[in-house]
Amino acid sequence: MWRQVLARLGASLVVAWGSITVAFLALHALPGQVEDILAGDLDYPGLREAIAAEWGLDRGIGEQYVAFVTRIASGDFGMSYELRQPVTDVVASQLLPTVYLAATAGILAFSIAVVLATLTSGRGRVARRIASIVELTFASTPVFWIGILLLMVFSFNLRWFPVSGAEGWRSLVLPAITLALPTAGLLTQVLRDAIEKTLDQPFVTTLRARGLSERQIRVQHVLRHAALPMMTLGGWIIGGLLGGAVITEKVFGRPGLGTTTLNAVLSHDVPVVLAVVLLAAFIYVAASTILDVLYVIIDPRLKAQ
Amino acid sequence: MTQTFDTTPGTRAEQEVAPARAMRTVRRRIPAGVVASGAFIALLLVAVAAPGLFTNYDPLAGDFLSILKAPDAAHPFGTDRLGRDVFARTVYGARYSLFIGIGATLISVVFGVLLGILAGQKSRLLDETNSRLFDIVSSFPTVLLAMLVVTFLGQGMFNIAVAVGLSGIPKFGRVVRAQTQLVRNADYVTHAHIYGRGHIEIFFRHLLPNVLVAVPVTATVFIGSAILAVSGLSFLGLGPQPPTPEWGVMLAESRDTLRVAWWPGVFPGVAITLTVIAFTVFGNYLQDVFEGRDNS
Repeated sequence: MWRQVLARLGASLVVAWGSITVAFLALHALPGQVEDILAGDLDYPGLREAIAAEWGLDRGIGEQYVAFVTRIASGDFGMSYELRQPVTDVVASQLLPTVYLAATAGILAFSIAVVLATLTSGRGRVARRIASIVELTFASTPVFWIGILLLMVFSFNLRWFPVSGAEGWRSLVLPAITLALPTAGLLTQVLRDAIEKTLDQPFVTTLRARGLSERQIRVQHVLRHAALPMMTLGGWIIGGLLGGAVITEKVFGRPGLGTTTLNAVLSHDVPVVLAVVLLAAFIYVAASTILDVLYVIIDPRLKAQ
Repeated sequence: MTQTFDTTPGTRAEQEVAPARAMRTVRRRIPAGVVASGAFIALLLVAVAAPGLFTNYDPLAGDFLSILKAPDAAHPFGTDRLGRDVFARTVYGARYSLFIGIGATLISVVFGVLLGILAGQKSRLLDETNSRLFDIVSSFPTVLLAMLVVTFLGQGMFNIAVAVGLSGIPKFGRVVRAQTQLVRNADYVTHAHIYGRGHIEIFFRHLLPNVLVAVPVTATVFIGSAILAVSGLSFLGLGPQPPTPEWGVMLAESRDTLRVAWWPGVFPGVAITLTVIAFTVFGNYLQDVFEGRDNS
């Protein structure tokens, strides 16, 4: 078991290192000087020299590469010349609202999936049909359109929630639902399939023979069994939520990492975008590694191998 | 975006018998949802080829005498804040969404197939390198990877197609890798080797065609998620710019007038969702048919 865990950790380190290398290669392979790429739309005397000095661009490419990997790995993403702040400060100051939104949406999506999948799996054909159509629809609907529809109904017409901003829990309700629904659609699909497969397992027949109620079987036994494979989706879900958060923040005019990144993209502020994208990739890798390792540890069948 | 749901085929060894089985499935019964999806895709293709068949309005021409008119007989989807016909804009929008979505898919297919075939070769090094490359690319969330690409390359339709296409490479790469390994070890390839056929001949006559059969099905499902991703990037203003009648752009523009008019914010969204559903349903059906899975 520990060999598997170690191999998984090793592979993740390779992926993390690879993503930094890809970033480095992109900076150097693109047409134009690295100074110009990092400066973006800005131009003032001394800027290019400052960038060259900061990243040691006069040194050999191998030396630059080692310095780049070391810096990024230690969490130093350099300066945003556009915002005139260290990128780390920019990201740190904007991280919280986005994490708050993504975490709320993630919990919401997970809860919706558990409730819907437990209620609808293995029922009559009609119920399953309806459930799968609903899931497909939500999984196929763009995040931002859900946001627009919710705004239309609950903010503009019913006036229950504010149209934009990030003050108080009321401003979090619609963005969290918006971000949660497409994820919930996919999660429900996956979980329902898993539950239906589990319901066919011999141990469920044994439980029925022992006279457990349908509710007990589903909630106490089948759900736990079926939810385990969902763990491997964790990293992917977190990545999707981070990406979706960018769009959701735009729809609802919320401050956060997404809004900051979007502004950075539009003003060609490469250091900020690079930092956010690499950070998201690291979070993805870390989350999926932790979940995979946990999966190996929790699932007794894998332990035996 | 959905690489995690790869149904990496376990039944592809039976590839040679799949067409016969496919015919049987087709004759049995095609689900109503699949028929509707196929019809909708056909309708989209007509809208791409000849949007003039559906509407006489110019999608770019504003009419300042009929601004934000609610849907009626003359304007079935109403008019937007510049008096442009929303129905005409939605119809013409099919072009952009399909072109960018299919363009992105082509990029994913070409690079995914190349790298996937390389990864499926005997060499352990090639396999590890390419497979880790797929892991690296898929560790970036699609939207953020696309934002990085746009920062480097600039806004525009072609660039967001590149961005979404890039993030789709691992999906095809992994499918093609698995398929290559299967075919490489299949009896008919071994026999061809024994008969003394050259490597190049075997590659083009036996390997490539049997590897490529896996692609169209995966691509059909992928077009749906590509269109979804593209609409999001357009909404963020990273793709085509106003006044282009692209669905994501139209929805972004509609946000300013939501307080007084719902129709510009509804119909393009319905179009995106139906398109994505149609490609997903149709693609999944093809997958069931060609993999000979029994779903009844």
